Amino acid sequence: MSAAVLAEAPPAPVNVWSVIARTFLHAFLICLGIVVLYPLLWMAMNGFKNNAQIFGDPFALPLTWSWSNYVEAWNRGVRDYLTVSILVTVASALCTVLVSAWAAYGLTRTKMPSKPLVVGFVLGGLMLSPTVAVIPLVKMMQALGLYNTYWALIVLYTAFRIPFCTFLIRAYMLDLPRDVDEAAVIDGATEGQIFWKITMPLCRPIIVSCIILHVLFAWNEYLFAMIFSGATGMQTLPVGLTSIMAKHGTNYGIVFAAMTISALPIVIVFFAAQRYFIRGLSEGIGK
Amino acid sequence: MRAGGTSEFRLRDLLSFRWAAIAVILVAWFVYYPIVDNFIVSTTDEDIFTGEVTQVGLANYQRLLDDPVVWVALWNNFVYAAISIVFQVFGAFLLAAMIEGLDSERLRRFWRAVYFIPSAISITITGLLFYFIYQPAIGLLDGVLKASGLETLMRPWLGDEGTAIYAIIAMSQWQGFGYSTLLFAVAIQKIPRELYDAAIIDGAGPLRRLWNVTFPLTREMTGLMTIITVTGAFQVFNEVMVMTAGGPNNSSQVLGTWLYQQGFTENNFGYGAAIAAVIFAVTMLTGTAQLIYTRRRRVQL
Repeated sequence: MSAAVLAEAPPAPVNVWSVIARTFLHAFLICLGIVVLYPLLWMAMNGFKNNAQIFGDPFALPLTWSWSNYVEAWNRGVRDYLTVSILVTVASALCTVLVSAWAAYGLTRTKMPSKPLVVGFVLGGLMLSPTVAVIPLVKMMQALGLYNTYWALIVLYTAFRIPFCTFLIRAYMLDLPRDVDEAAVIDGATEGQIFWKITMPLCRPIIVSCIILHVLFAWNEYLFAMIFSGATGMQTLPVGLTSIMAKHGTNYGIVFAAMTISALPIVIVFFAAQRYFIRGLSEGIGK
Repeated sequence: MRAGGTSEFRLRDLLSFRWAAIAVILVAWFVYYPIVDNFIVSTTDEDIFTGEVTQVGLANYQRLLDDPVVWVALWNNFVYAAISIVFQVFGAFLLAAMIEGLDSERLRRFWRAVYFIPSAISITITGLLFYFIYQPAIGLLDGVLKASGLETLMRPWLGDEGTAIYAIIAMSQWQGFGYSTLLFAVAIQKIPRELYDAAIIDGAGPLRRLWNVTFPLTREMTGLMTIITVTGAFQVFNEVMVMTAGGPNNSSQVLGTWLYQQGFTENNFGYGAAIAAVIFAVTMLTGTAQLIYTRRRRVQL
């Protein structure tokens, strides 16, 4: 479905100007593509180089394709950071989606009193930013004994993403047909059965979108991660990278290798699940 | 019998709160309560050594007004927002229009995906990457300038008070434009094809179609993206922290990093909370704008 906007092949006689315009258009897109991709390739490539090669001849290909920097980075911390990141991301994604789906179900399928108030309260959380809450949260987490534990991040990532996720799932559930539910009620199904057996399977596309958007958020989050997982052994990848930088800041090849390893998983997730990604983003902003 | 039936129904209605209970509790506890608490903290002063908390009223806010760094930070956030609107709203709109105008669906999908890649990568990584790119003399940027004979432009991009914040903002545009391009592309795809056909029959060239069809029909997205971009620009933290931590000489400080430095490096919790209150005020304004905007739109639909 092409929305002919700028460059559109005119019918019959080939217009010289249109050919020129198209050539420029493609040239522009390619140049921009190089500007976007080259720094990332440079990063991955520098993981194969030593300091002298990185700075002496920045544009050259590595002399040898040795994985030693990558192995070194992996052993000197990246493995541990990756484990923490996976743990925190997966746990908080599951919690967020489950809690949000429950809330969305209650807000669209039950006779809950004063629904608009509850909707307003939960979705109102969208307007509040983590930056503003961070100082009181430090005191709170210290009081709860969660400071410097994985739990602090799991709980906070869940709480701060519930409004957005509930918003997406609720909008999706509102558009779902209800006749299956009604038939199930007549057959004597409980709310719990309807939720797990009917509503959740129907909501699969938006659930997948929610999970992917959450993974993107949790994998890359920095402020909370820096403050609540600062201790060694607790750091997520973004925080760990800055400490690799501090520790091995003079051996740049290792830093570049660590950056590349950290970036890869999320880029792969994006390409594997592009469709769900785009759906989540466009639904999230458009409603 | 009948009365019993109704009360049973009411009980069941009340029980349906259980579905939303965890969400409400978590959001109230970890999202709303800290914001309220932030205002309380902002009227206190805590002695780092004795841990003694004293009420200081609005003194922290008075200090905000007299703190030159706060004004530098506000200005930097403002510049951040302004430049981001140019590139991530209008630039992204034009780019999305160019991509969606391509004939081949595979090419369209390819470019959308390629430009999005930096947005998927953590800002910490792109920040560190550009920290190296901006290194004086040995970095990639200076390397490119040298190779193209523009040695006079070479400088310590992040070490120069005049360029530090702009270098950071430039990285941020590089990272973020693909994200908004993707969203504009989705909005453009929703425009009915017939409108373009009609415009072509009327003899409208590509630029006319862009101006008279595409632009008006994606205005909602433009409005929303503007608001989201401004909100984001006033919350910026990660890239500045990684690349300069606010330096040199506080020239690239933004509200988020100044809050961090005051609250966590210098342990001025009260003053940090007052800076947080400023961020809160700005994001509330933009958030309300967004709410009114979407509400009005829904009424029109």
